[in-house]
Amino acid sequence: MKTEPFALQLRGLTKRFDRLAVDALDLIVRTREFYALVGPNGAGKTTTLRMVAGLATPDAGAVQIFGIDALADPVAAKQVMAIVSDEPMIYDKLTPLEYLEFVAGLWGIEPKASQAAAHDLLISLGLEAHLNERCEGFSKGMRQKVALAGALVHEPRLIILDEPLTGLDAVSARHVKGLLSDRVRAGCTVIMTTHILEVAERMADRIGVIAAGRLVAEGTLSELRQQNGHKDTSLEELFIALVDVEAQAA
Amino acid sequence: MSSAAALSWFARHELRLAWREWLAMMTGGRRRRTFLVVTGLVIFAALMHLPAWAVIGRFADLRSPLDKTAAIPFTATIFLAWTLMLSQALESVTRVFYARADLDLIMSSPAKLDKVFSIRITAIALTVTGMALLLSTPFIDVLAFFGGARWFAAFGVVAAVGISAMACAVAITSVLFRVIGPARTRLIAQIIAAIIGAGFVIALQVAAIMSYGTLSRFAILTSDVAAAFAPDADSVLWWPARAALGDGTTLALLLATSITLLGAVMSIFAPRFADTAAGASAHAAAMRRRGRRNTAFRGGSRPQALRRKEFLLLLRDPWLMSQTLMQLLYLVPPALFLWRSFSDSSTAIVLITPVIVMAAGQLAGGLAWLTISGEDAADLVATAPLLPAQVTRAKIEVVLIAIGVVFAPLVAGIALVAPWQAAVTAAGVIIGAASATTIQLWFRVQAKRSQFRRRQTSSRLATLAEAFSSTGWAATAALTLAIPAAATISGLMTLALIAATFKLSPGRN
Repeated sequence: MKTEPFALQLRGLTKRFDRLAVDALDLIVRTREFYALVGPNGAGKTTTLRMVAGLATPDAGAVQIFGIDALADPVAAKQVMAIVSDEPMIYDKLTPLEYLEFVAGLWGIEPKASQAAAHDLLISLGLEAHLNERCEGFSKGMRQKVALAGALVHEPRLIILDEPLTGLDAVSARHVKGLLSDRVRAGCTVIMTTHILEVAERMADRIGVIAAGRLVAEGTLSELRQQNGHKDTSLEELFIALVDVEAQAA
Repeated sequence: MSSAAALSWFARHELRLAWREWLAMMTGGRRRRTFLVVTGLVIFAALMHLPAWAVIGRFADLRSPLDKTAAIPFTATIFLAWTLMLSQALESVTRVFYARADLDLIMSSPAKLDKVFSIRITAIALTVTGMALLLSTPFIDVLAFFGGARWFAAFGVVAAVGISAMACAVAITSVLFRVIGPARTRLIAQIIAAIIGAGFVIALQVAAIMSYGTLSRFAILTSDVAAAFAPDADSVLWWPARAALGDGTTLALLLATSITLLGAVMSIFAPRFADTAAGASAHAAAMRRRGRRNTAFRGGSRPQALRRKEFLLLLRDPWLMSQTLMQLLYLVPPALFLWRSFSDSSTAIVLITPVIVMAAGQLAGGLAWLTISGEDAADLVATAPLLPAQVTRAKIEVVLIAIGVVFAPLVAGIALVAPWQAAVTAAGVIIGAASATTIQLWFRVQAKRSQFRRRQTSSRLATLAEAFSSTGWAATAALTLAIPAAATISGLMTLALIAATFKLSPGRN
């Protein structure tokens, strides 16, 4: 029986700017998994995700997405994934519908299917009243929702989210979390960075803690507790303990 | 801190910001370059005395009283300078109310907003006037050197012109805001700023073509008709010319009038500055402009989706609208000239070709920056399943198609009169536009479309190369029609310039 490839497999991923940002990182994310990547500011989370998405070139290492070598065949890898950053990538002069039409066109999605999906997505994110308004007057939360809808409209198998809940109100955040959980149930894989540890604790199947460009701990919440000998502690306490140890080691 | 002290502190703060902004514009934001830039500017200013001498050296002996045939072109030149300063002032005043950088901080502070905005506008007046004084220095130096120290009074005229331009800019913006509202004021002010200087020159050219069948704008200014309509020598209209020639009393009156005008405008409109800024802010927050209504999503290839997006954004770009309007305005005189020359065999029609080629190169440079560098969702496009080459090609196609749409009708018009000239013009447009686009490609930077105004700061070299390339191809096209052998030399020189630009470009790596 043929084994299913990992949604994401990183081997020895390395990136150096003026200092080492990602240090020979090995990481595996399984298919249909909700994976949360947490770490302090400057730990290398965003750089890692940008290299996975093809927005930065690694100095060394390999990136495989559903078995596709993303460095050798970036177009095939990009076809199956989407990335949403904390700074929404949208156009002020386009309406949400026009934006989603453009994104669907870039991913080569059949117009009939993408139009229906676009409507459903925007309505589910509470943007029904703004479908035909240009994005230039939108709040940050609304822009974030449009960007998220753009990432989902082409039905990616791997969704990468860098701080997706930044700027969202409580109701919108709940909508987004619900949408992401639905996607995972439907067979998608989600990798998310967040500083809101409660979200990682509640939503993620597994959590990776990254510090100084290296993965310092990984597993389910209970596995992390076991690994570190803390019973019944919150992720926040675990995180602080892990990052403290790493900082002292450095 | 007392109120007066706080306001003088704010004035210093504004002047410091203006200075740093100017320095950043000149150095491209690299502080290490400051010494180099200052040295370069001093050398440039010294060298500028040579062309200044070539252009106006022969007027150094002009003295009061001027006869009307001399006074009209002199006054018209000062008026042209005024329109250019008004254009810059309008753009700056609009920014005071619409740029959100520190407005929220200022408006939430306990400072008196009418005073704060008045200081900010005064700082702009000083900046606009200071820049005009700098630019006019080589010309005034030449006139003073050959015609005597009396010409130094021209500095006072430049200052008066700058202050009055600022007063008019404040009045126009405030009135527009009241009459057409915050939504349209910004766009209309931008369009006025873009076309006001060119509009005056073009109006003179149109009048010259219609009356005398020549493209020379001086034809109408030095004509007997203009002299017959001009007021007498003691008219206020000649004050700037008389003051520039060293009439101290007139200069004092001119400066006093300008300062009074600015003071009056400020006292009328200053109490409303805070409302204007708040209105602009509220407009930005509540802006709900409609896009295309619910229509079916369109299919097609991925590059097609990219091209469609680029066209939609270009159509909705206010800067582009004003620039295209300006380019089209520049084409009005040649088009009229073409129409006038339709029935005769005048060789002067050749003059149209370089104008069109130059305009195409300049417009293509702006379009190329907007499509290639001004990508608001660069990460989105970079993560799409397209090769970078496909993205670049689609964007270049958009530039060339847009240039084709604007210039093809004019080339078609020429083809009716002179097919060979039309072919040369078409080739010039294509090569000029392609060269400007290629230069933008070599110097591409990742930027927001809204940063277009500062696009030249990212690379002075790209801006200069783009201008020289457009000029070079315009000259080559004109020479192809007039002196073909010289066209080969001009074409090779332009190619060498583009090759040198490539050598120096970051795109080479």
